[in-house]
Amino acid sequence: MKNFKKLGLLMMLAALMVFAAACGGAADKKDGNKADNKTAGNKELSGSLVLSGSTALQPLASAAAEEFMNKNTKVSIQVNGGGSGTGLSQVSQGAVQIGNSDVFAEEKKIEGLKDNKVAVVGMTAAVNPKAKIKDIKKADLIKVFTGKITNWKELGGADQKITLVNRPESSGTRAVFNKFALDGATPAQGITEDASNTVKKIIAETPGAIGYLALSYFTDDTVTKLSIDSVEASNENIQSGKFPVWAYEHMYTKGEANEVAKAFLDYMTSDEVQTTLLPKQGYIPVTKMKVERDAAGKTTNK
Amino acid sequence: MEKVVPAKDRLLKSKKSWMDGEVRGRILVFLSAIIMIAATISITIFIGQKGLQAFINNGVSLIEFLTSKIWDPTNQKNPVYGALPFIFGSFAVTFLAALVAAPLGIGAAIFMTEIAPSWGRKVLQPVIELLVGIPSVVYGFIGLTVLVPFIRDHVGGLGFSLLSGMIVLSVMILPTITTIATDAMATIPKALREGSYALGATRWQTIRKVLIPAAMPSLLTAIVLGMARAFGEALAVQMVIGNVSKFPHSILDASGTLTTIITLNMGNTTFGSVDNNVLWSMGLILLVISFVFILIIRYLSARRKI
Repeated sequence: MKNFKKLGLLMMLAALMVFAAACGGAADKKDGNKADNKTAGNKELSGSLVLSGSTALQPLASAAAEEFMNKNTKVSIQVNGGGSGTGLSQVSQGAVQIGNSDVFAEEKKIEGLKDNKVAVVGMTAAVNPKAKIKDIKKADLIKVFTGKITNWKELGGADQKITLVNRPESSGTRAVFNKFALDGATPAQGITEDASNTVKKIIAETPGAIGYLALSYFTDDTVTKLSIDSVEASNENIQSGKFPVWAYEHMYTKGEANEVAKAFLDYMTSDEVQTTLLPKQGYIPVTKMKVERDAAGKTTNK
Repeated sequence: MEKVVPAKDRLLKSKKSWMDGEVRGRILVFLSAIIMIAATISITIFIGQKGLQAFINNGVSLIEFLTSKIWDPTNQKNPVYGALPFIFGSFAVTFLAALVAAPLGIGAAIFMTEIAPSWGRKVLQPVIELLVGIPSVVYGFIGLTVLVPFIRDHVGGLGFSLLSGMIVLSVMILPTITTIATDAMATIPKALREGSYALGATRWQTIRKVLIPAAMPSLLTAIVLGMARAFGEALAVQMVIGNVSKFPHSILDASGTLTTIITLNMGNTTFGSVDNNVLWSMGLILLVISFVFILIIRYLSARRKI
């Protein structure tokens, strides 16, 4: 009798597991079908979407996704981080529908992706306030980062040794800064950190430290925002093309986006997101740019 | 006529079915063992295959990878992938951490087992368990907020240094070393102690001349296990060591380790690119070195006398 009971319990458990597994599979399938079969028109949008990649774009994408889900209650969007490289790899493998990236896919030698530029991020050099430097000539900035100038007093600042805070070699932020602020010069060795918050903390605490940050991180006085060649790193100067150190935030899709992805991308470039959400998060609307730039880094007037 | 019951029916029948203890238990433990073995083997194969790709498919020279001091993967014309500074950094910070943690851990173990077995253990045991429970990112954060500025202001250099990495790591591996060393000291047969006391040795002489030599292989195992943990630690070290890709010239210089370079670059590189593959190669080096650590531990355990 006892044996029977045990056997029964086990059988039930097994049955339950099979059932659950089958259900899970079915649910997945249904989601996929929904997204694919959606016909355009006034029918309510439904389906799921997974984004991954750039941590710089993640806060914006998450905020926009939340708004989008409030409007379209049957859509579920998940925004993962992982870094630009991860985003590009996953979207080209088809693991996610949208891959977020700070850099052009061409720069990472990935082809066959459709580019959607959703925002612009400006960045500039950040220095420890005690160095007493606010403005720097581009030529001097290059000398500082290549290690030819080692003390701030050479540039009229305080008598402090310069400490470089770099990003890892593969970082998109580093690539942009090297290309447009340092004119392609290779920076000298220095402390290397990936996370912007850590970089900011280090610059704020280390005397004579210099690094670079996206403009959205200059929220307080703990680090000084440097002007380059007397041009302030402001949204207006970046929009008009006067300040050169900026990059697009890309959302890549593989081939043509499906209905949900397309609707989300349209939403990202809509006025609603571009004029309200973006400035709030410290990004610059891509629609307001008076200049544009291609994958090779050539900047032209729109 | 007396009824004859055949022997077959008279015997007590085993009520065991396959569902009962023996077989089921056997299947369960076999399964666990097989899953563990399969996981280890497949991870090894995966990392091995990924780690060799840089050398086979991308034409990175293995000799350059292991001996070049230059790490310059972004150089457009002539990228150089030299992992030597990171290999050196990993070993340096590991040995330095062991140098600090080993005497402390073994000292604490002796205190707990020989000097104050009752209350010493009651106090120290929870303290050590608490140390284990703190996540490594918290160690790193404390290091970044407290240790780095302290070293910058009072010792010299930038604060981001081998020294900071060493201190953070030694605190992290202290529980490992202490726990295993305590077990080793506790399993020494009482007869050894009593024999030593009977010959007129003092407590310190007993500890130094009898107990420590007797427990030596296990103590060394404790140290090597601690080092293995230090070698693989990424997060806490990354926050305090500075992650530069050049050779440190002093203990106050910033440095980089294999693990920190992997974590810094992993997310930014794309699967299948050279930059990504060399990171896997570093992972392979880490795996090989941890195998070496295990070999050392096995060798030491084989030498154990008690």
